[in-house]
Amino acid sequence: MSGATETFYSVIRRQGMTRRSFHKFCSLTAASLGLGPLAASSIANALETKPRLPVIWLHGLECTCCSESFIRSAHPLIKDALLSMISLDYDDTIMAAAGHQAEAILEETRAKYKGRYVLAVEGNPPLNEGGMFCIDGGKPFVEKLRSMAEESMAIIAWGTCASWGCVQAAKPNPTGAAPIDKVITNKPIIKVPGCPPIAEVMSGLVTFITTFGKLPELDRQGRPSMFYSERIHDKCYRRSHFDAGQFVEEWDDEYARKGYCLYKMGCKGPTTYNASSALRWNGGVSFPIQSGHGGFGCSEDGFWDKGSFYDRLTTIKQFGIEENADQIGMAAAGVVGLTVAAHAAITAVKRMTHKPDRAPHKSKPS
Amino acid sequence: MSGEASGNFLFGYIRFAHFSAGYVLSIGFLLRIYWALIGNARAMQIFWVPLWRKCFWREVYHEIRWYAFLTVESERSIGHNRLAQLAMFFMFTQTITFMVITGFALYGQGAGTDSWQYKLFGWVFSIWPNSQDVHTWHHLGLWVIVAFALVHIYAVVREDACRAGASLL
Ligand code: HEM
Ligand code: SF4
Repeated sequence: MSGATETFYSVIRRQGMTRRSFHKFCSLTAASLGLGPLAASSIANALETKPRLPVIWLHGLECTCCSESFIRSAHPLIKDALLSMISLDYDDTIMAAAGHQAEAILEETRAKYKGRYVLAVEGNPPLNEGGMFCIDGGKPFVEKLRSMAEESMAIIAWGTCASWGCVQAAKPNPTGAAPIDKVITNKPIIKVPGCPPIAEVMSGLVTFITTFGKLPELDRQGRPSMFYSERIHDKCYRRSHFDAGQFVEEWDDEYARKGYCLYKMGCKGPTTYNASSALRWNGGVSFPIQSGHGGFGCSEDGFWDKGSFYDRLTTIKQFGIEENADQIGMAAAGVVGLTVAAHAAITAVKRMTHKPDRAPHKSKPS
Repeated sequence: MSGEASGNFLFGYIRFAHFSAGYVLSIGFLLRIYWALIGNARAMQIFWVPLWRKCFWREVYHEIRWYAFLTVESERSIGHNRLAQLAMFFMFTQTITFMVITGFALYGQGAGTDSWQYKLFGWVFSIWPNSQDVHTWHHLGLWVIVAFALVHIYAVVREDACRAGASLL
């Protein structure tokens, strides 16, 4: 464990990071947070003077892609320093300590930084069978989560697992996996959805909390608005093809080679709030649409349960059948149309056969 | 659709047509609500269905029998008959309300989270956090309206044809 007054800056200097790359990191972070150039120096100042933020990083039911994404961020400082900084506290995947030693650190942090540490949760707890589908340190993960959440200042729900449930919560969800906000209801929860979330978004968030000593503004869904206030579609570089009506019609057609819009191939960009088109993954290398595949909608609620990735019209399960809106609609319109036609036919027949004995006096005056 | 993206705006125009029509529909619908409030009693019919009144259901039952060719007497009244009123309320009034609300919520996504559309209709995304669902239901609403229009137009034409000669039923 490190001293309480230790700063982020002193940690990274000890890691052998130069002052120059520290400042690069600050400018990069300021830019990705959407702050002006002056903010870089206030970030630097905060990281040099404020005690570093203790972070406990727990792993529930998950695939570790959030951590994988995190270590592939654009600036080396992020993976080297932020990770080792975090591991000073607790992250069972990357920390040196293991077993009882690791569990001791957890208890120590919990007591020492009571109400001051941030609990980052990657993955989620399964609730069925008393939570026995995810055992961590000999106990159901959900118990560890509850006890660590109790003394925390705030919770960061990393990734779609922690934010929405993701694949383990997809129907029929045999383990009863539940997003963090279904289990912990009395702490501020910051959702950072994405499968995985973007590295710069993750580090930007941690830096923001350290620098400003407060939680960022959250949107209606509990996501930091600075990274999740626009859809992929709003900033997509293929958007001009969308507006032009130029669509890829089939994989490998001429339009696919020309880089037309992937809407008709089921792109979920128009319904997905994420910074993918702006920041991308793996140090800004790429994102699905750039590789010629539609957006998956991975940062959205229940994205596994929305039918095919290759169709904009997704299946509707509410009626006990799995059809999309057009199939249901056409069937309904067909039934209605046939009924109308049949009714018209009967009316016509009645009219012909009953004409003689239906005198006008039958209808009341209007 | 070939050529440079900058030289074409087909889908943009289609969306523009949809949104303009959406605005016209919404404003028209607001006027219709206003008319319901200041107009005569029948102006209220498609917004107000007294489901709890026995005589309402008696009249509906009668109308069903009439459309099923089981009775020869139709309730002739000015305005909608009771069955039509029921259909107008559930198929038309509610669907249009739903389409306007979900439509503006989707519009708010494009206009941005600080737009008035999002501020006014963003609560839709508290019901369906994934707006893909809002697209799906908005899309299904189209088919409700198609089915409604089929029946509606048929009923009007039939009514006209039958009443004109006053020969049937
Ligand atoms: C009778 C009324 C309406 C019908 C039948 C209708 C129909 C549709 C359909 C079929 C879609 C495609 C949905 C999908 O993605 O699968 C759509 C999208 C949309 N509608 Fe409507 N709509 C109606 C009213 C409105 C209104 C009043 C507005 C408000 C301005 C509106 C705004 C939108 C928007 C913003 C989209 C999404 C467009 C996009 O993704 O680019 N709609 N509508
Ligand atoms: S590729 Fe997807 S996100 Fe990009 S413009 Fe087309 S529909 Fe929108």
